Amino acid sequence: MTSKNVHIKIGEMKTSIGHIKNLELSIGKVVDDSWSEPMGPTPMPGLTTLRDWDMKLLNKYKPFYMPDCDLCCLCTYGKCDLTAGKRGACGLDIGAQSSRIVLLACSIGAATHTGHARHVVDHLIEKYGRRYPLDVGGLNVKVEAPVTRLVTGIKPETLGDLDEVLEYCEKQITHLLSVAHTGQEASNLDFESKALHAGRVDQVGMEVADIAQISTFHFPKADPEAPLIEMGIGTVDTSKPVIMCIGHNVVPSVGIIDYMKDNNLADKLEVVGLCCTAIDNTRYFNRGKIVGPISWQLRFIRGGFADVVVLDEQCVRADASLEAERVKAPVIAASEKNCIGFKNRTNDPADEIVADLVSGKVPGVLILDPEKVGEVAVKVAQKIAPIRKKMNVLPSLDEIKALAKTCRQCNLCQRNCPQDLNIPAALKAAAEGNLAPLTDLYESCIGCGRCEQACPVKLEIHSFIVKAGEKFMLEEKNFCRAGRGAVQDVEIRSVGGPIVLGEIPGILAVVGCANYPHGGKDVYDICREFALRRFIVMTSGCSAMSAGSYKNAEGKTLYEEFSGDFAAGGVLNVGSCVSNPHIAGAAIKVANIFAKRNLRGNYEEIADYIHNRVGAVGLAWGAYSQKAASIASGFWSLGVPVLVGPHGSKYRRMLLGRADKKEDWEVYDARTGDKVNVGPAPEHLFQTVETKEEAMVAIAKLCIRPNDTWKGRSIKLSHYVDLHKRLYGTMPKDLHLFIRTMADVPMTMKDEFTKILEAKDWKETVIPDPTLLSRMVRKMKE
Amino acid sequence: MSCEPWQCAEIAATKKANPITKPEVAVAMIKKAAHPILVVGSNATERYMEGRPLIEFLIDFANASKIPVVATAHMVGEFLKRGYEPADFMSAMDIGNRLVDPEWQGIDGKGHPDLALFVGLPYYMEALILSGLKHFAPDLKTMTIDNMYHPHASWSFPNGTLEDWGNSLKVMTTKFRC
Repeated sequence: MTSKNVHIKIGEMKTSIGHIKNLELSIGKVVDDSWSEPMGPTPMPGLTTLRDWDMKLLNKYKPFYMPDCDLCCLCTYGKCDLTAGKRGACGLDIGAQSSRIVLLACSIGAATHTGHARHVVDHLIEKYGRRYPLDVGGLNVKVEAPVTRLVTGIKPETLGDLDEVLEYCEKQITHLLSVAHTGQEASNLDFESKALHAGRVDQVGMEVADIAQISTFHFPKADPEAPLIEMGIGTVDTSKPVIMCIGHNVVPSVGIIDYMKDNNLADKLEVVGLCCTAIDNTRYFNRGKIVGPISWQLRFIRGGFADVVVLDEQCVRADASLEAERVKAPVIAASEKNCIGFKNRTNDPADEIVADLVSGKVPGVLILDPEKVGEVAVKVAQKIAPIRKKMNVLPSLDEIKALAKTCRQCNLCQRNCPQDLNIPAALKAAAEGNLAPLTDLYESCIGCGRCEQACPVKLEIHSFIVKAGEKFMLEEKNFCRAGRGAVQDVEIRSVGGPIVLGEIPGILAVVGCANYPHGGKDVYDICREFALRRFIVMTSGCSAMSAGSYKNAEGKTLYEEFSGDFAAGGVLNVGSCVSNPHIAGAAIKVANIFAKRNLRGNYEEIADYIHNRVGAVGLAWGAYSQKAASIASGFWSLGVPVLVGPHGSKYRRMLLGRADKKEDWEVYDARTGDKVNVGPAPEHLFQTVETKEEAMVAIAKLCIRPNDTWKGRSIKLSHYVDLHKRLYGTMPKDLHLFIRTMADVPMTMKDEFTKILEAKDWKETVIPDPTLLSRMVRKMKE
Repeated sequence: MSCEPWQCAEIAATKKANPITKPEVAVAMIKKAAHPILVVGSNATERYMEGRPLIEFLIDFANASKIPVVATAHMVGEFLKRGYEPADFMSAMDIGNRLVDPEWQGIDGKGHPDLALFVGLPYYMEALILSGLKHFAPDLKTMTIDNMYHPHASWSFPNGTLEDWGNSLKVMTTKFRC
């Protein structure tokens, strides 16, 4: 435990050795370093500390840029046209500019999570004190903060220790953001290296936020049997006053829930959430409900379900307050990062605020005291619910048919729809009395409302779609398992070996937002496919919700069908956005607990271990945000590949390997120092896939690692081949690249493989002890 | 027919595609290419004209033009189901990434493609890949044979109806058969 700002003041002291008068001693920090693990080479890395590691990855997985724009508009020299090799007034070319945008996205994401963590930690220190102990899993979790230990070299034990960790993050993010200023960096690869650093810092910031809230709010602590939470609009009891919380920061919601509990109101109101606030509410209060992912904000507000809307931070629609005003639902803005133009009423008496909101004198208020948020939200909800009677602004079905007749068939709705949905045809059918095509759009619509913004006759197209799909909406009654937090050390001990040897074919982490190409069913299908194949499936955030939003033939959701254990065939929801480091942490703990590698400030060695041995892959099927970019970057930096759905191509830069370039796939054999070609394993570090089918095949392939034993490789290949044959209708064309010895060939496929290998003039090779780091070679050949 | 980007916000292009006003013009330009390829995306089975999926029009076109097809996503299986074997299959990102590499000798190893035709990818993905090629593959010409205008291509059909599109593909196929 580290103490900060120690002051000793002695007015007068007489001792046998002397007389001390007016002594004042101020010590910035007292470090209690009782952690016996030796410090590694890179504690608290700066911008360039891990540059060599980054360059190893970037040399193997070179950036492929797809600029969204030919221009740079960031300074007053511009706009500069950077098309096809032109340099701007500052000298930057389009490659560097593209990587600069990546750095900006990752820095914004890291700043957002770290800012979130800072708010949570400051609030909790104020409430519980700096010495409040951290506990994320009792005796089951000794490595409480694997990412923090790895990156910073700090083993946090108390809330106060997290303060120091955050100071490091804040410093790094300031430097990283400054790099995006004009004239700060010239090479695209250096921008990329810094984007990877932003990802490392982001993982630390997220981990701090989550372990602080797990410890103090007593969320499930590494609990595979965390409760099943009701999910879906259909689970909300609309006869009760409903408080809806949107965003990511659970602190104001805790104020609401505590107020309800303290006043015996816990069963008198409904507290529901959208996006990660929903996930974290239900980790705190298992009677809370998850309405759905980020993309359902308009759906829920316009549907009139919410009596009070509480907005905290991140991913909150900027027009959420305007939409709430339409249904006469008062709004409480509860974050200094999202004040929404409302008057700050933090210091006003609660009852005055309640009166103003209930009477409609003001549509919303800013309250920065979470306890006051709780009191005001509950009182307003109770008073206004009987007045507003769940007023909604959805048109009737007859109104839709009538209004659709005013559609000019100009196609602007479709041309502004990110999904390219054929809205004009649906409106034409509606005008003719057939609402089925509008209903069909319900599942694919991501709720952005751009169609309405584009419509020249101001049709509320999104509301039409929601109304047409209302039956499905009201039938949404599913379960999500409450976020369990960390993976237990004992679980790592059980599965570390099978993961590293390849006998558990992979860890699939399905994370991120809800910008799906065809609705959330793809997420469910992918998770289920791999759980049935005995992969370990981890989820978080909006993806965790989508995974639980569909049922199997027996009517069971994914979380009812599969256990929440970190084990083959488990499906575990770790929690909200800031819980993602538990996924990275599991991989890190495999290196630490199973392989006994030192963690402390030892980033490069651990990342090298994970990259070459732990068959993990991330899938962000609906990633949309800058935070998703930084989360992905944290995984890239550890050498873990990440796939994104088609909208993820808008991140504008992929990190792609070249399977056809044999020379790119050499590693050292740590036993001998020999360079060994291990094939494209994993082939890519960041890749967009177009379809669910492509994602499934890519996931199976990206779990292949150089360290796989022959048995493990054989298992992994059997999944890859099986999925490829089923979904692509043919054998993979690159199998020869993954066969090292004939023992790698799945038993049942020997004949097919043999023909392929003969045709490719395949030669046997060795299975090395793989590393990208020459310093890890135990005995370098002369 | 309009030469505005199909997705309205896709406007930030200073160097914009030349519109293809007639399918015969596209055929003439394709015939000038020494190493063309045709990249076919996942919408090939989702878009229909005259009651037939786009992929069937593309198989006819590929058979007539002899342009090697690279199927992206899971489209290889869809081609095989219909009795056509594409020259190669890989992810859309992989083919984009190879096309920006001047040393890549094409799917047949006989030379870097000088013309890449694209069709049937999600609009925004195709737009981004075409942008990548415009910026980083200066010697490569690109063409889309979709019915949506793509400003980042070298040549693109304007926005058009499904009927126009079907007709264009049929005319192009016929011209190659002649």
